[in-house]
Amino acid sequence: MKLVVVSAGLSVPSSTRLLGDRLAAAAVRTAAEPVEVEVVELRDLAVEIAHNFTNGFPGRQLAAAIDAVTSADGLIVVTPVFSASYSGLFKSFFDVIEKDALAGLPVLIAATGGTARHSLVLEHALRPLFAHLRAVVVPTGVYAASEDWGAEGLNGRIERAAGELAALMQGLSGSRRSAGDDLAVVPFAEQLAALSSPAGG
Amino acid sequence: MQFGIFSVGDVTPDPTTGRTPTERDRIKAMVAIALKAEEVGLDVFATGEHHNPPFVPSSPTTMLGYIAARTERLVLSTSTTLITTNDPVKIAEDFAMLQHLADGRMDLMMGRGNTGPVYPWFGQDIREGINLAIENYALLHRLWREDVVNWEGKFRSPLQGFTSTPRPLDGVAPFVWHGSIRSPEIAEQAAYYGDGFFHNNIFWPADHTKRMVELYRSRYAHYGHGTPEQAIVGLGGQVFMRKNSQDAIREFRPYFDVAPVYGHGPSLEDFMDQTPLTVGSPQQVIEKTLAFREYAGDYQRQLFLMDHAGLPLKTVLEQLDLLGEEVVPVLRKEFAAGRPADVPDAPTHASLLAKKESEEVTVA
Repeated sequence: MKLVVVSAGLSVPSSTRLLGDRLAAAAVRTAAEPVEVEVVELRDLAVEIAHNFTNGFPGRQLAAAIDAVTSADGLIVVTPVFSASYSGLFKSFFDVIEKDALAGLPVLIAATGGTARHSLVLEHALRPLFAHLRAVVVPTGVYAASEDWGAEGLNGRIERAAGELAALMQGLSGSRRSAGDDLAVVPFAEQLAALSSPAGG
Repeated sequence: MQFGIFSVGDVTPDPTTGRTPTERDRIKAMVAIALKAEEVGLDVFATGEHHNPPFVPSSPTTMLGYIAARTERLVLSTSTTLITTNDPVKIAEDFAMLQHLADGRMDLMMGRGNTGPVYPWFGQDIREGINLAIENYALLHRLWREDVVNWEGKFRSPLQGFTSTPRPLDGVAPFVWHGSIRSPEIAEQAAYYGDGFFHNNIFWPADHTKRMVELYRSRYAHYGHGTPEQAIVGLGGQVFMRKNSQDAIREFRPYFDVAPVYGHGPSLEDFMDQTPLTVGSPQQVIEKTLAFREYAGDYQRQLFLMDHAGLPLKTVLEQLDLLGEEVVPVLRKEFAAGRPADVPDAPTHASLLAKKESEEVTVA
């Protein structure tokens, strides 16, 4: 199975990336079958994401990242909290992906912030976004404030969320339509027939 | 193989002078460009159709009729005619009229348009875009082929005993292309009818164009119109030339950087690397255009976008001189070399008439 981590962290090293890596490692440990992990760092794609808005098509690196995400069996998405929500870069990446490309995909949502006061960003921003994209969001989201890195509890949430993701990936594996058939056609006669009312023709 | 130009008809300030042409200037410039296309030996002139500023060509058959009267050989076409928001009855009438006036020197390309509000402005729903294209064209197709049409559909008031006039010249319906950048439904529609398929081939990487063209070719064969290689394919392209490639890049860059569609985006170099845009010498344009065949197969029509982004008329006319004198003669020769004998040319009124007459003889 293939697991892709999308990290919108900007600094190097980044606590957002760190959280993504810990979640991925926990999912790999928990999964019943081997899991291959790929990390997409949105920082490296920032310019191509902006150009996708002006051009209408993705550059080469961005196209490869989109392919990785849409062909994954599971996704871990991690964003820093900016202005009480996900970062603009994080949202922009998902804005340039085809609208149905994440349908049915298991997704673990996670976020980092300077304080615990923004922890509900998972519930008011990330969960609705991925519900809109018709992804299957695991029940446990993981929020890590600065203080969490030196406190008990984060590890347990990571293990629980990663376990949920691994189980869902296993359960839904193979149920999604294969990626890359965006040019599939409905035979023309069916398209015409669908327009004809019983009285028409 | 046919070579020509297609125009969007945008009124854009020239970024190097700040001067914006008037609508009259731009309309007259489009006509001058079309006349020049014939003068330099090109085969096709196509105009876009738009219903919002900063574009002028809202009434393509008016413009094409005027150009028809002032040309002898040029095939007049559209890029595109909005099959979604125009009444198919009016398309049938307008273009049949043009067909008579132009002695058959015309065809047209169906498109859905890319401006959302045009749908409500013309009383339609953009969510039905594909369905409008399918149903409206199905009606248009019948109006040109059946003298009396009884019809009922989802989007237009029914027709009882309706005859679209004038009837097509010599009883031959104008040839139709279907243009689409990314909708497989439209490639499928073109294949179903055995019509042409045109890919704009400007804004997207070649790999995408290749997949759309392959889809159309395979479905064309599926519907029994011929082999995949015999399907009727047209491609767009965008070039800017000077004798020295560095001069071309220096002169075009300020237009590219602020161009309405892709400006304020990637660098000219990145865009040339990722899309079919060529800015350089005539030889570079020849090489890049010949490479289209590698991913689209032997094809029938190549249209270049030359007049946009505020380029002054004088510059565009110079571009057409280079295209007609240095590029197209080489392309004609090179594209003809190695082209299988059973790959047809783009249909014309004469070829469609000959085909009709031969079929009538066979039936008799």
